[in-house]
Amino acid sequence: MADAPLQHPDADKLTGMEHEKQYDFQLPEKYFYKSEKGLNARVIEKISYFKGEPQWMLDFRLKALDIAIKKGAPKWGPDLSGLDFDDIYFYIRPQEKQGTTKSWDDIPEEVRNTYQRLGIPEAEQKVLAGVGAQYESEMVYHNLKEEWEKQGVIFLDTDTGLKEHPEIFKEYFATVVPPEDNYYAAVNSAVWSGGSFVYVPAGVEVDVPLQAYFLLNAQQIGQFERTLIIVEPGAKAHYIEGCTAPTYDSDSFHSGVIEIIAKENSNVRYSTIQNWSHNVYNLVTQRAMVYDNASMGWLDGNLGSKVTMKYPSCYLVGPGAHGEVLSIAFAGDGQHQDAGAKVIHAAPNTTSSVVSKSISKGEGTSSYRGLVQIHEGATNAKSNVECDALLLDETSKTNTYPYIEINEKSAHVGHEATVSKLNEEQIFYLQSRGLAEDEAMALIVRGFLEPVAKELPLEYAVELNRLIELEMEGSVG
Amino acid sequence: MSENRLEIRNLHARIEGGAEILKGVDLVVPAGEVHALMGQNGSGKSTLAKVMAGDPSYEITDGDILIDGESILEMEPDERARAGLYLAFQYPVEVPGVSIANFLRLALNARREDDDEIGVMEFYEKLQRAVKELNWDESIIERNLHEGFSGGEKKRSEILQLLVLEPKYAILDETDSGLDVDALKVVSQGVNAARGANFGALVITHYQRLLNYIVPDKVHVMSDGRIITTGEKELAMQLDDKGYDWIKSEVASGAAPA
Repeated sequence: MADAPLQHPDADKLTGMEHEKQYDFQLPEKYFYKSEKGLNARVIEKISYFKGEPQWMLDFRLKALDIAIKKGAPKWGPDLSGLDFDDIYFYIRPQEKQGTTKSWDDIPEEVRNTYQRLGIPEAEQKVLAGVGAQYESEMVYHNLKEEWEKQGVIFLDTDTGLKEHPEIFKEYFATVVPPEDNYYAAVNSAVWSGGSFVYVPAGVEVDVPLQAYFLLNAQQIGQFERTLIIVEPGAKAHYIEGCTAPTYDSDSFHSGVIEIIAKENSNVRYSTIQNWSHNVYNLVTQRAMVYDNASMGWLDGNLGSKVTMKYPSCYLVGPGAHGEVLSIAFAGDGQHQDAGAKVIHAAPNTTSSVVSKSISKGEGTSSYRGLVQIHEGATNAKSNVECDALLLDETSKTNTYPYIEINEKSAHVGHEATVSKLNEEQIFYLQSRGLAEDEAMALIVRGFLEPVAKELPLEYAVELNRLIELEMEGSVG
Repeated sequence: MSENRLEIRNLHARIEGGAEILKGVDLVVPAGEVHALMGQNGSGKSTLAKVMAGDPSYEITDGDILIDGESILEMEPDERARAGLYLAFQYPVEVPGVSIANFLRLALNARREDDDEIGVMEFYEKLQRAVKELNWDESIIERNLHEGFSGGEKKRSEILQLLVLEPKYAILDETDSGLDVDALKVVSQGVNAARGANFGALVITHYQRLLNYIVPDKVHVMSDGRIITTGEKELAMQLDDKGYDWIKSEVASGAAPA
């Protein structure tokens, strides 16, 4: 990549207006260790060394690097030509010691202040069962309320999970998303760092959410968290992930892998509200194995980022398993949101529902890319896909790529797609009731998203609305 | 007190780039009065309503619209609404995913200062009073704005909004069209509930029928983009009996005041 800054002509507007002060942070770069740029075996060995990992994990990482090199980047999907691995720091270690703290006071003040501005410690007290906070490549804070710890729930950063619970870890790690799965999963497997390790014992219902919050601060950083969630039979968990980064002229890279194992009769939800700045490539693999009569729900809010490629998947491998993917994408000026869902019906009586809502504005593009696959023998499978796109103006674009593969006669599969444009009559109507034009537009957009937003816990629905309003600023013209 | 009125002066308007539809409308609705505006299809009644509310698809080429002596011509539709004007639409739009309750709370707060939002209890009491006035079930406020509403329900919603937002001046654009007698009575009951010294209304209709329930103080007749005559409430009945051609020839012959 040349040195020319990849700055959008409206960069000032994007950074100045569209991100309220809360998200407008840039901390001085102070690190214990910053890797050389680029992806190679030296960097991987350093990562493993600092973490004090067992040999098998280093071997796993090096093998994943080989797989990544052999596979090469995918040729389909959005333009990723601006993403140059040789210009990315694959590992930045904020502090010397490995492991997280249970007290916000132990976190460097500037970092703590940023989390405070985002309201994380406050939310932790009020509405969450536990919180993890990742800064650059490492988790710096992780805490689970005592009542859950007593019931055997484990909520740790993934590195600590590997150290303290090697048996559980080894049994499940990389079984849902092996490095061979796709190029970015291989890259993540090679350099993964941080993320959450969640284990909920059989029958334990964690009815308030666990949350992890990911911050990128450095320029040209790559963040590769690895989250592993195991929910035993009859148990229940809701995990929420939030993320943000300051805006720089140069690009950053976020490529997480999330693996979920939802055992028999369990109920698992994973919600993401991502608010990356507009210079982040966000390429994430999220997948769940869903066993007999278990229910898995992904709720995916994609705001921000430069390019997002994310297709949360449910592999319905046990009879009666249910999978749900609800997603929202907002593609503002210069952004490309390529999001969707993947549902594999591999057992009888499995059901799935996909609802995707996208909004595009200015030079933004949003695409729905989805796969519904019904295997032979997966009798009476039912799947319904609904994707709705809203265009805010004449220049924005939307695409739909639905793939449906049915190998079972008894399957019921429905697919519905709509594209609508922001309606002048609606705006006039709402204005005639006293709402200013931008308020009217925001209200129409909120209404469009309501079927998905209502599935979020109240605090997050409010947050989502606020983020949408920020993205909408400057839409009136 | 003479300033308290809705006034239209020599108003000329057209669809942007198109032929003139309003060709010099003069009309005054004083606060405290309800006036009827009658006319055939294509006479310009609905255009007048939309132009007053600030519909951006129309262009005003001459004249003025004033609320209590202040011109609203340069105001955006939302500013006109906040200045006290309300249009009950002939064809209210649907806004999916937005509940009536949420929408009306936003609309009310848009009329207030940022630090003076309406209290939740106060709002719901107000909304419930209006719902009762219209013999409606309370659950209506949780439904999305006009989503899946029948034509009659949409009209009722327009009057519900009027009762909650309490404008100074309301224009009702063929609120009676498509209503059966029961719905007509309910809607009229709502409008009559809003009547008072600080409320003026212009009720646009084809038919005299509505005016049995909302008795007007004055009746204006519109034809070809102008008000051709103004009379008392009896004029509406005569129009119903004798038709618009009769009034046109009356005006032409000087038998009715122009």
